[in-house]
Amino acid sequence: MSKERIKISEDLYDIMPSDYQDLVKSATYGKEDRGWKDIGNSKELIEQHSLCAGCPESMAFRYILASLPNPEDTVMVGSTGCTSLVFPMVAVHNIHSLFGNQNAIASGLKRALSVRFPGRTKDVVVLAGDGATVDIGLDMTLQAWFRQEKFTTICFDNELYANTGGQESGLMQKGFVAKMAPVGKLFDKVRLPEIARESGCHYVVQCTVSKPSLIEKVVRNAVMIAREIGPTYLQLYTPCILEIGKNSMEGLQEMRDSEKPTERFAYKEYISEPAKQLLAEVTAKDKEKKAAAKQLASQEA
Amino acid sequence: MADTHSVIGTKNKKGQTFTDTWKLMNEAPRTPSFYTGSEVIKEALRRASCDVMIAYPITPQSEAAALIGELFAEGYIGDYFRGESEFAVMSQCAGAAFGGARVFTTTAGPGTMRAMENFPMWSGARLPIQMIVTCRGINSPLSIQPDTLEIAYLLNTGMLVWHAETAQDFFDWILKGYMVSEEPDVHLPLALCCDGFFVTHTKDVVNLTPADMCLPPYDPYRSPVPCMDMECPPVRMMRDPFIMKSNYISYATHASWQQEVWAAVERSRKHTIKWLNGLIETENTDAEVIIVASGTAVSQGREAIRLLDDEGIRCGLVKVKALRPWPGEEIREATKNAKHIIVPEFNVIGWLAKEIKATIPNSERVHAGPRVCGGMTMPPEIIVSEIKTLLGMRTMSLAGRGS
Repeated sequence: MSKERIKISEDLYDIMPSDYQDLVKSATYGKEDRGWKDIGNSKELIEQHSLCAGCPESMAFRYILASLPNPEDTVMVGSTGCTSLVFPMVAVHNIHSLFGNQNAIASGLKRALSVRFPGRTKDVVVLAGDGATVDIGLDMTLQAWFRQEKFTTICFDNELYANTGGQESGLMQKGFVAKMAPVGKLFDKVRLPEIARESGCHYVVQCTVSKPSLIEKVVRNAVMIAREIGPTYLQLYTPCILEIGKNSMEGLQEMRDSEKPTERFAYKEYISEPAKQLLAEVTAKDKEKKAAAKQLASQEA
Repeated sequence: MADTHSVIGTKNKKGQTFTDTWKLMNEAPRTPSFYTGSEVIKEALRRASCDVMIAYPITPQSEAAALIGELFAEGYIGDYFRGESEFAVMSQCAGAAFGGARVFTTTAGPGTMRAMENFPMWSGARLPIQMIVTCRGINSPLSIQPDTLEIAYLLNTGMLVWHAETAQDFFDWILKGYMVSEEPDVHLPLALCCDGFFVTHTKDVVNLTPADMCLPPYDPYRSPVPCMDMECPPVRMMRDPFIMKSNYISYATHASWQQEVWAAVERSRKHTIKWLNGLIETENTDAEVIIVASGTAVSQGREAIRLLDDEGIRCGLVKVKALRPWPGEEIREATKNAKHIIVPEFNVIGWLAKEIKATIPNSERVHAGPRVCGGMTMPPEIIVSEIKTLLGMRTMSLAGRGS
């Protein structure tokens, strides 16, 4: 899809919602170097949402949507949970169908788009919570990776079922007392990043969403590698401030505290050999481009 | 955005000519061929211009699902793979249909049950997926034998549900099914059911359309809901997601959409009548005794009618082809003269008899049986015996019935 497609007929312009007018005027579809710095200068691909004030998930949404390398040809797949409160307000096509089947939906979708648009890039990005990714949907999460399906899986890890009111999840820390874990969770946080690596993911990152520049980098890498090579996985800590007893303004600090080198969300990354090669090629091309631009600029001067 | 030019008469990459479906089904020459039901499914798919087929092994549909894999290897299907379970497969089918593909899959018995959460979602999302259901037992202890109980569960999903009697029905209805499912005012999934083994694993003469002619491709832009391919504007769908709202507007939205899905089932009626030449087929509806059946029970009913005819007892027949949309009016009309309505079924609960009882006046005329289940066959003699008993005639005692 090009930006032309979202243009509004002049006769209807004044009756369109203002957020759609803004989307036509100043969204970043088709902008090659789009990224988190566009936030504030252009129309974001996310409208108002109904998440709690200060929810780190809302930050994560904004950074991810600003960083998708190809939003005009990206389809996102969600699942049930807090993310499903946001997706209806997102300006890329997105699918919610059932709870936990997101990687199965994405498998069928990616294949359909490949059949229908041969030779064109159509990215598929899954974005779901930890209950959907690791508990109810684990089978389909892993099987999509085993099959080397070419899409990105992003897990918003808030270490519990937030939307249903704070129940135990597989990604919850051991010992945490929650609903359905009345004496504390009895087993360890599931090590999905390691499992992702062993299951065939070519790019795996675990981090928090405290730094927008980092999210931009890992989202771009994950999407590019999934497009060219195979499955990629991002596990992002988006704490549920409500359920861990924090205030609205404390989400960022919670993430900073949890990403220290000795903490459970210390930055972790795995890149397969073919993915390393691809990233090196992309970096080299970027450098070439920058050098050429610099040369052009100096000639003009 | 819909294509304004027609592809009719042009060729696909396999050299098949895209053919107007009405001409293909009604005017193109037919070649009698001796095939199993599974092979017939493959031959129908060869002509179906299918984009994505997703497979999973479960008896008795495994052979058909694997044969379609061969079609993929030959280049007739856009993509094909084995999913990890029926729940996943039906979600993968949904993903492919959301992405604008013509999608096909097959399942049976426990697989249908495992995948059940997907079916109302398919209808609600208006995905015109075609699913073959080769019915088998779903009871415990484990059974792989023919039994149509699973159809009862499909009837209220918002899917179109058809019940094929023979392999010929199967061949024709697979191709015609897409025509009904993909109509813009319908756009619903179709569960095309047959009785496992009886239809899938027996050989029959089936008249096939030419292999070098195929259906026109699916046009996803004729859908009543946007295709999720980012080829049309990604409008914000709603200001507040309805899922979490406990207010009247939210309830009204959900309610009206459910009503719309069932209205679409109703709107499929006219297309189904056109393509299947009526929702039911009838013989001798002026008789006092009428057998109403669907699937293989129709064939057994025909045999029973022949046996009764030898004894001078006249008996009519109603073959129910479509279960959704439900041919209530047709069945009322066809059974208006009947004193006894016999409903033979291959399941323990007698869902067809319940549907009929809820439809016709004087429902005490409905005799919900004979019923067999768990893989039992239904010899025409037991239908004959049941009818004679109803008529107050002496009948031979049948082994195992204790009569």
